This record gives sequence, structure tokens and C-alpha cells, in this order.
Amino acid sequence: MESGPITGPVPTDGVAGETLPRSADLSGVPAKPNPAAASGAIGGAFWRRFVFRRPLVALILQRLGLSVGLLFAVSLMIFGGIEALPGDFATTYLGQSATPQAVENIRKDLGLDRPWSERYLTWLGGAVKGDFGTSWASKNSVSEQIGKRLGNSLFLAFFAALISVPLAVGLGMLAVQFRNRLPDKIINVISLAAISLPEFFIGYLLILFFAVQLGVATFPATVYDSMTLTERLSAIALPVATLVLVVLAHMMRMTRAAILNVMSSAYVETAELKGLGTFRIIARHAAPNAVAPVINVIALNLAYLVVGVVVVEVVFVYPGMGQYMVDAVTVRDMPVVQACGLIFAAFYIFLNMAADILAILANPRLRHPR
Amino acid sequence: MSDYKDYLTRQVMLGKINRREFLGRAAAFGIAASTASTLFAVSAAAQEPKRGGHLKLGLEGAAATDSKDPAKALSQFLFVVIRTWGDLLVESHPTTGAAVPALAESWEPSADSMTWTFAIRKGVKFHDGKELTVDDVVKTLQRHTDDKSESGALGVLKSIKEIKADGGKLVLTLSEGNADLPLLLSDYHLVIQPNGGMDNPDAMIGTGPYKVASFEPGVRATFERNQDDWRTDRGYVDSVELIAMNDATARIAALSSGQVHFINRIDPKTVSLLKRAPTVEILTTSGRGHYVFIMHCNTAPFDNNDLRMALKLAIDRETMVQRILGGYGKIGNDFPINDTYALFPEGIEQRVYDPDKAAFHYKKSGHSGPVLLRTSDVAFPGAVDAAVLYQESAKKAGIEIEVKREPGDGYYTNVWNVQPFSTSYWGGRPTQDQMYSTAYLSNADWNDTRFQREDFDKLLLKARAELDEAKRTDMYRTLAMMVRDEGGVILPMFNDFVNASTKQVKGYVHDIGNDMSNGYVATRVWLDA
Repeated sequence: MESGPITGPVPTDGVAGETLPRSADLSGVPAKPNPAAASGAIGGAFWRRFVFRRPLVALILQRLGLSVGLLFAVSLMIFGGIEALPGDFATTYLGQSATPQAVENIRKDLGLDRPWSERYLTWLGGAVKGDFGTSWASKNSVSEQIGKRLGNSLFLAFFAALISVPLAVGLGMLAVQFRNRLPDKIINVISLAAISLPEFFIGYLLILFFAVQLGVATFPATVYDSMTLTERLSAIALPVATLVLVVLAHMMRMTRAAILNVMSSAYVETAELKGLGTFRIIARHAAPNAVAPVINVIALNLAYLVVGVVVVEVVFVYPGMGQYMVDAVTVRDMPVVQACGLIFAAFYIFLNMAADILAILANPRLRHPR
Repeated sequence: MSDYKDYLTRQVMLGKINRREFLGRAAAFGIAASTASTLFAVSAAAQEPKRGGHLKLGLEGAAATDSKDPAKALSQFLFVVIRTWGDLLVESHPTTGAAVPALAESWEPSADSMTWTFAIRKGVKFHDGKELTVDDVVKTLQRHTDDKSESGALGVLKSIKEIKADGGKLVLTLSEGNADLPLLLSDYHLVIQPNGGMDNPDAMIGTGPYKVASFEPGVRATFERNQDDWRTDRGYVDSVELIAMNDATARIAALSSGQVHFINRIDPKTVSLLKRAPTVEILTTSGRGHYVFIMHCNTAPFDNNDLRMALKLAIDRETMVQRILGGYGKIGNDFPINDTYALFPEGIEQRVYDPDKAAFHYKKSGHSGPVLLRTSDVAFPGAVDAAVLYQESAKKAGIEIEVKREPGDGYYTNVWNVQPFSTSYWGGRPTQDQMYSTAYLSNADWNDTRFQREDFDKLLLKARAELDEAKRTDMYRTLAMMVRDEGGVILPMFNDFVNASTKQVKGYVHDIGNDMSNGYVATRVWLDA
């Protein structure tokens, strides 16, 4: 963990450093990244000048283009993955009660007897138009279902992030201020203990104490349409607490390590010699320079909060995206799995991109090649 | 157990409910001791039902992929949902298992039991205000028996040749005589829908005691009392809420914190812990589901009956009931029928663990080397442990079993009914005939032991048509002996259902028909303040 600050900025630096040579290559490759293709068609020279003048805009455009390509690749991989799983929708849905006739009926009905490439292209044709089709199992519209589930997932993730990010950064700074003294050690031990326990276990502990024994918390955390906001908030209190405990340590330790790294540099020493208070130095001088690696870790944790919390959803009976996708994979409900997979991938890509851009904004040095 | 003598006329619908559960998830599963005291709802029946209140149930088995169409229902959760809003033509009696009238007021078979006439109840209203007619019934049955139907009841209704309305009555013509027909109509998929659900199968409109207020697949379902219910002996609470809780620990936490009144599927390992909670009552009911080790009778080395016999003798049934079912269950006797079935052939000697005899048969079979057993916890909860227990007990007989753990995903596609020796699970069937026809008839799709005997097939068909009960019982004894002594099924145990409720819940009926009071739990209980 202590090596965080040293390795942390380096990849970011590397990415930014590589950006320009790579972008020059990319401009030569036509039509791959969509927005870039528009400008790329006008000519490599224009793109090169554009990159030089507006490095940030160029970077964003390029990343957007790449992410579209990445999403295609992801959809192909998900499709291939489902194909590779044993059994198709017809056999898994019917399960032990499958008769050859019933399997045949379903296969024909859904067109599973066609070759996979044809089925993929049909699906893709709908998806690019924003039509994700209907679930094979429930026959409900996938978009409508996902709309609800995604809303729930984001609701949970938002409040978990709202609490955990400031808390982690604040605790990280606090740990630096009291480095190697008692508060630092307490913060470290507690947050490491929390991250070391599996999330379902933390969940069960919280349920046991706050719902079963004290009876102060709402459980199960099921949310539904007719709930008021306060009811919803009270329902998600325990899952949010669990998620906060799970993601806290990672972000906190990274903040601490990154700031500590900056704290050893000459200008901080100068600030100290000027007679500034420790906390002021940390918050005003050290933190901005330590922001890049911290942002990356935060982005990863945010992505986790949206896409990786299926265990917490199950434990707290929370109707989020994770459970929806797992249910769909279980019966090979391809349209649902594809849509969920794409949304998850989009979140990862978007958050990572946002992290890179924020890092560059925070550190102007990264905008220009060395 | 002498209590079971009362049950001998039972013909109970116990069916497909558990199958899907075992496909997708290796969920924790409850099994219970069927003690006489809990088997009957004697004390509950003595109390005066109270009306009112909001009943909450936390149930395992829901998925986001759940369908609203009763024809396609496969999970425990949907089983209760359908029971709560819909009605069948015929129900099964909770303790005797006999067919009792529901939307069909009465019925009359022809002498050869090939033609059945059902009188449909008058003055029953659907939730949308329309009155139930015989046409709705005809359309419902047609929808479920259509060739292209995806109905879970399709197999049960195969023998129905013609469905028609005649002078306000329903007339069913069968392709062969079947004295069990009314019970077949108690399959939970067959709820009567307006116009048979042909217009809108997903409408969730029926004649049941509760109207569906909301339904979110895999999340929850809520119900309001149907004020126009045609029955007064059900639907005591004002509103019902079913919450999907697929995590066993979450269910237990929700029950012990009083957030829900009832939960299903309690892990046998935790029953004793849950019992200690002062507010909780454990509800156990015996069932017909059974855990099996299946050998293909036509595949070497299992085509040798001495090897099959050796393997049957090398399993320690008592230990398995104790260890795998936590003591909540009954030992099996290598045929798929227990004394909860009507016409149960009594007096068949119980097969016991006998390493010496097993060793004798093993030697006689001439087989050497390990026997490969494939298993997964998807087959039944604790299947891998059961396989290892089996391995140990067989070792004492000099039989080497090699246990191979298969991936749970796709187990029923790639292992069950494909590999020659594997673990599996069977839910029971309403009648002995159904059970044998489904899995032991030579040409049955699910003949997972490849048990192919012409004399067995002939006798089974003869028994189906036989009207003399004594003769029929005798035939079922012969059939049972064939399967027990020469079949490919090793049946160490029957599992029971374990549910739990808070002490507030009264009137729970221990229905031998199926789990959760045969799915009627929400309509039968009331809340004591």
C-alpha cells in the first residue's frame, strides 16, 4: 500500500504521455473511434493540430470513441460467454422438467435454432437503435425492467458514495496528520478490519445488531414504487453502512499514502518552515497534488458500488441490477444479460474516463507530452 | 407410524414445484421431522379465526425472470402467488389428500372412467367483476393442453382427448380410463382465468380470495382481500405481502426480527438454533420428495444387478437422514413411494445398511476398480456431503466409489439423465401411477435410471385401469418390488418441508399436498394480535 503514491501517478502520467503518440496513430486509422472519425476524415493534419490546441477535448473525444468500440467488444464477449455456458435458454429454463418437445418449441419460438452470428447481429441491430428487446423468460421489456433496477442500484450507490468518499478522504488526511500515532493506528486497524471481513458477513452483523437485537433499523431493505423518500432512506440505511465499511479502507489508505508521498517533497517543507499548520498544509498544499491516484481509486470504488454489490443486494433483499443479471444468467436469458453487461461496462468505462480526465484537470503537467 | 394409516386414501398433488429451484440455485433447503404432533393442525383448527391485519411472508424462490402467466410458473414464490389469487376446479384435502370440490361443485365419471362430467359452481365472480362460466373453464384447459403450450401442467393433462362444454357442464374425454383425473386437475398451474387467459395470460385475474395489487418479478407481490370471495373459510387477513428473500440467513433474520410473519425453506442445520427464538414456531410437514442416487440399468457396469444390489446395500440410510437432513426426514426403501401415498403397499421389508451382504453381491458381480459417482449440490442440498458419506460406508463393503463434483450450472442438462451414475432429486407426484409413469416407464422422457422392463410397463398400465383397490394395491406392491430389487434407483431418504412463522400466525394447516400448506398459507392463516 505504501508504494501507492510512487506507482500511483506513474500510470496516469504514462497514459497521458502515451496519449499523443497514440492519438496520432489513431487519426491514421480511419473510422474506428466515431467522433474522431468525423474529424479524422478531414485529415490527419487537422486532427494533429486539434490535439495540440485542445488536448483535453481531443482526449475526451478519443476516449469516447474508444469506449464505443469497447462496448461492442464487451457485447461480443458476453454473447460468446453465454454461448459457451453449458445448456441454452430452453434447456436451462425448463431444467429437469425439459421434454424434447418443449425444448424444441421454445428454441423455435426464440430462434435459438439459427446460427449464433445471425442471432448476434439481430440483437445488435435492435440494440444500436436502443431496443434491447424483451426478456425471454418473463416476456417483459428489458429497458423498462432495467430502468427500475438501475435506478435502485444508483440510489444505493449514490448514498454509499456520498458518505464513504468524503469520509475516506477526511480520515486519510486525519491519518496523515497523526501519522504513526494513536489516531492513525486506530483508523488503520478499523478500516483494514472492515475490508478484511467479507461483505456478507458485515451485512449479517449489522442485521443481527441493528435489526434483530436492537430493532432500530429497517430490514429487509426491499424498496418499491409506492415508497416515500424517507421510507426508502430508512430501508437502505443498513446496506449503505455495509458498503461504506467495505469501500472505506481502500480509498482511505490510498489518500493517506498519496499525501504522505507529497508531504516529503521540498515545497511542503517550505510551507512548514513558513509556519503553516499541519492540517492546512495537508488540505491546501499536499492534497491537490496527491489527487490523481486518489481519484483513480475512488472511481474504481464507485464502479464497484454500482456493479459489484450483488452479494449485498442478496443479503439485504435489495432489488438492484446485480441480482437481476444473476437471475438472467442462471436461465441464459440473453437479452437481459447483454443489456446488464453493457450497462455495467459503460459504467466502468465512464468512471475510469472521468477519473483520467479529472486527474489531468487537477495536474496540468499531464496535459502536455514530455 | 400408525398415524399414516389415516392417509392411505390420499392422492396428493405434489409436483414440480421443487424442480426449478434445484436448477438455478443450490439454495438452502428445509427438511423436517414429521412428528405426529406437528403433522396435524389439531390445535389450530380448534381456534376461532380472526379477521384483519397485514400478513407478510418472506419466501425463497423468486427471480427477476418470473412470469405472471400461471402456465409458466415454476418457482416456490409463484406457487404461493398463484394460490393466493386463483382457484382450481378441484383441490386436494390437506390431511387425506382426497379430491375436494372447488370451482367444480361435483363430478361424475362414466363407468369406464373415460368420460368425466364436472358441474361448475354458479355465482362466482372474477376479480374484474365478470361471472365465471363454463366457457372460461374450457378455454383454460384448452390453453394448457394445446400442443404448443408451454404449460407446466401439459404432462399431467396428456391423456385428455377432448374438452367441451355441454349444457353448462364441463365434459372431459380421456384417451384411456383414469380414476385419478379430478386430482390431476388440482395441479397448481390450472387456475381458471377469464376466457382461459387466452386474451391476457398475464392479467393475474382469477376468483381467489385475494386480488393482486402489485407484482414486481423477483422483488415482491402485494394482495388486497377480494370482498366478493365465494368462500368464507379462507382469506382472513386484509392484505398480503410476499417478499422475495432468496438468502436463507436474510429470511431467518427477517422472521426473528418480526419483519415478516412466515418464511419457507429453513436449512436443517439452523433449525435447532431458530427453535430457541421465543417468538418463532417451526412448522414441519412430511412430503414425497426424495433424494436419489441413480444408476443407468443399461450402462456398464450398472447393467449388472449384483453391482446395483451391492451399491444399494452399501448405503447407510440412517446416518444419511441424520447428517444430511439433520434428523428431519425418513429413510427410503429404494422405490419412490412412501406411506403418504394412497394404496401404499405395506409390509415391504426395509432395506438396511449391510456391508457384508454388499461385499457378497459386489464379489458376485465381478466388478473391480472404482465406481464413478457424479454429484453437485444442485441435485439436492448436501448432495456432495451425501456422496462422501456414501463413499465412506461403501468402503467398509470393499466398494470403492470415486466422487466427482460437477459444476452446478447446467447439472440437469449435462449430468442428470446423461451420465450413468449421479445424484438427483424427485418431487413427488399426486398418485403412485404418476410417479412411476414419469420416471420408471420404459419410454418415459425422464426415465433417469434407464429402467426398461416390459412386464413392469404392462402391469403399471393395468393398475391404472384397475378399479378394485385391493387388487390395485397388490399390483403396486409388485411394481415397488421390481423397482426396489432390480431398479437403478438408490433411494436413501424422503425429505420433509420446514417452514417457520411467528407465534402471531395461527391456523397454519399442515397440508401433505405440498410445501407451505400446499401453497395456501396466505389464504388459510390469520393473525392473532
